[in-house]
Amino acid sequence: MLYFTRWKAAAILLTAFIVCLFAVPNFLPEKMVQSWPKWAQRHVVLGLDLQGGSHILLEVDTNAVRKEKLESLRDDVRRVLRDARVGYTGLVVRGNSVEVRIREGSNFDQAVDKLRELSQPLGGILGSSTGQRSLDVTTEAGNLVRLTVTEPAIVERIRQSVEQSIQIIERRVNELGTVEPLIQRQGIDRILVQVPGLQDPTRLKELLGKTAKLDFRMVDISIPAEQALQGRIPPDSEILYSASQPKTPYLVEKRILVSGADLTDAQPGFDQRTNEPIVSFRFNTSGARKFAQVTQENVGKPFAIILDNQVISAPVIREPILGGSGQISGSFTVESANDLAILLRAGALPAPLTIIEERTVGPGLGQDSIAKGKTSSYVGAAMVIAFMLATYGLFGLFANVAVAINVAMIFGVLSMLNATLTLPGIAGIVLTVGIAVDSNVLIYERIREEVRAGRTPINAIDAGFSRALATILDSNITTFIAAAVLFYIGTGPVRGFAVTLGIGIITTVFTAFTLTRLIVAYWVRWRRPQRVPI
Amino acid sequence: MRLLRIVPDDTKFDFMRFRRISFPVSALLSILAICLYFFHGLNFGIDFKGGTLIEVQSKSGAADLARMRATLGSLGLGEVQLQQFGAPNDVLIRIAEQPGGEAAQQAAVTKVRGALGDEVDYRRVEVVGPRVSGELLSYGVVGLMLAILAILIYLWFRFEWQFALGAMIANVHDIVLTIGFMSITQIDFDLTSIAALLTILGYSLNDTVVIYDRIREMLRRYRKLPMPELLNASVNQTLSRSVITHVTVSLALLALLLFGGQAIHSFTATMMFGVVLVGTYTSVFIASPILIYLGVGTGRDALTAPDRDK
Repeated sequence: MLYFTRWKAAAILLTAFIVCLFAVPNFLPEKMVQSWPKWAQRHVVLGLDLQGGSHILLEVDTNAVRKEKLESLRDDVRRVLRDARVGYTGLVVRGNSVEVRIREGSNFDQAVDKLRELSQPLGGILGSSTGQRSLDVTTEAGNLVRLTVTEPAIVERIRQSVEQSIQIIERRVNELGTVEPLIQRQGIDRILVQVPGLQDPTRLKELLGKTAKLDFRMVDISIPAEQALQGRIPPDSEILYSASQPKTPYLVEKRILVSGADLTDAQPGFDQRTNEPIVSFRFNTSGARKFAQVTQENVGKPFAIILDNQVISAPVIREPILGGSGQISGSFTVESANDLAILLRAGALPAPLTIIEERTVGPGLGQDSIAKGKTSSYVGAAMVIAFMLATYGLFGLFANVAVAINVAMIFGVLSMLNATLTLPGIAGIVLTVGIAVDSNVLIYERIREEVRAGRTPINAIDAGFSRALATILDSNITTFIAAAVLFYIGTGPVRGFAVTLGIGIITTVFTAFTLTRLIVAYWVRWRRPQRVPI
Repeated sequence: MRLLRIVPDDTKFDFMRFRRISFPVSALLSILAICLYFFHGLNFGIDFKGGTLIEVQSKSGAADLARMRATLGSLGLGEVQLQQFGAPNDVLIRIAEQPGGEAAQQAAVTKVRGALGDEVDYRRVEVVGPRVSGELLSYGVVGLMLAILAILIYLWFRFEWQFALGAMIANVHDIVLTIGFMSITQIDFDLTSIAALLTILGYSLNDTVVIYDRIREMLRRYRKLPMPELLNASVNQTLSRSVITHVTVSLALLALLLFGGQAIHSFTATMMFGVVLVGTYTSVFIASPILIYLGVGTGRDALTAPDRDK
């Protein structure tokens, strides 16, 4: 136990030294560290509870994704059947499927075959070997064909929506000019947005909450809107309300003429005549073409500009707009015009997002927490060091050195992993100091017993280490299991605690097995003691 | 130099004798704790109940709780709790989960900001909607059970089944009593409390394993020693180590308790109770004697039959 070959000793010291080196970037000023290579720059990331900032968890509205997929499937079925000149009735969306009845006299089997072609194999990392398809096509009595969207297809669509949403969110958040936001997927349908340093997330939440789907449609002037409300709404139109107060109803055609997807740019500005805030926009070529066509065909009629199913304005087309650009006006403030421009530039979210969790910590609290973390660490460490010296004298000093290197190694590993340090994480480190000492105590108490039992000093020390190490391993593993479970179920600050506790246990076992032994071994070799001074 | 010796060498205290007292007392306390949980309840934080938590610091002197309470009470947000949090100008505002799903929670925060305006600094805002709070709670409970199961399997692997079972009973008892403690003190029960419970579990098992390790060694060595004496010897031999380790962990926790601030206060207080008070007691007075009742050591060559009466 006490014998270390030179290689082994060197390897142990080198490992400990290198790991500790990784902790160094944390304590040097930023400027110095920036000139180093990337791998050397790794450092501990301060959690939001220490740095201050906002943590917002968003959930994609999966029902909206389902609905949209089914509606586009219905439109596809209509197109396929029309192209194949197959007569049909009763084309509806019902539950998770689209149903359609093929008319008597049409070629039923041919129709079904054509509809089956709509089903595509679902790709994935394994490619089409998963055998999953996007649709299940079944037939029933009465010439009924049912196309059901399979669950894997929906999950795939949700995943795509989330990916798209993340990109759009990135663009929106970047407009706020904040420091390195973190935007990542969580689970199947959630997105985590963390913006360090953000004090008031109100504007961020507004930007994230809007889907920002812009369309241009014609106003249906066949009957006034109020009349349609009392009586019958024409089948190809719907009632939409204005965005601003008072909420006036508009009768608007369902058909979308041009949509926000065709925009290439949107900028806030001021109307030349009225000096009101407006948003000016520009279409891409196909959008410009469509817009030109619509405005040429409908001079003198009103068209509606609709944002997220609310009418922002409904100007009358005075002349054809061929240049592909225009402006939106209507009760904007400078800020709301700016925000709308941001939203239009970033693009519309494929599905609405809901905020399901929000945690914001101000910088004041963050600084306080860091200070408290430091104080309690220093005090705790000082008390433990003093106690160990009092109880074990010289060997207490060895234990203290080992524990100090232990803590440095914890920081080193945290840095290597770019792990997040939170306030509970700091508590975890303080706790680890208490637990790390236990390993040394186990060894020392065992040595003392062996001395009392009559062994020579060197034998006693040797036996102490060998007997104690198995116990150290066993007892630390149980705490490690607890830390592992906590890591799995925890989020945010609690996860930070699990990380430091877990890493602390690993480094503790390492230092107990190696460093403490090494120090004592060298001391024994150097001093050749007659008695063990504990 | 004279070293500090808290526990003298070669103590021969008869711990096992107390099992006739410790078992009934523990059983009683456990039942009491369970009753407290069901009738008095835990002070669930927003992590598990949903709702909004806002920590504000008044910009000018001590906060006027009464006035703030009146202002916020008139916003129609249902139950609004205010309490001082550490310093006299720090106030913690708790708003119950609003009906109306996720969006309603956000609306509540906006109302509060509007009502309190500029006279306070917003130190921290946490909003947990109904979806996430349900999940956190089930994750927390599942996590605890998972940890207990995993550790049980590990111990079964390393020791005999009686040891695994004994350790589990002792440590579940620790968790039950700690929950009782949290119920009496109405300490905030949130995600960090689950962290504290899991750490208490891990750490007090740490303790139990050390004693069990010694017991196992003794069982191999002394085949003729009756169980109560063997257990006593094991505990006495490990006593010095136990006390010293508990002192060091207590010192570390004390530093956290005194200087760690309000944010982790509920965590450190719970840990203190769990690790120091309960953990020590159960390792010695429950986990060890229970081995007698579980029939450990009956297969050896014992001159005297093991103690069978309760």
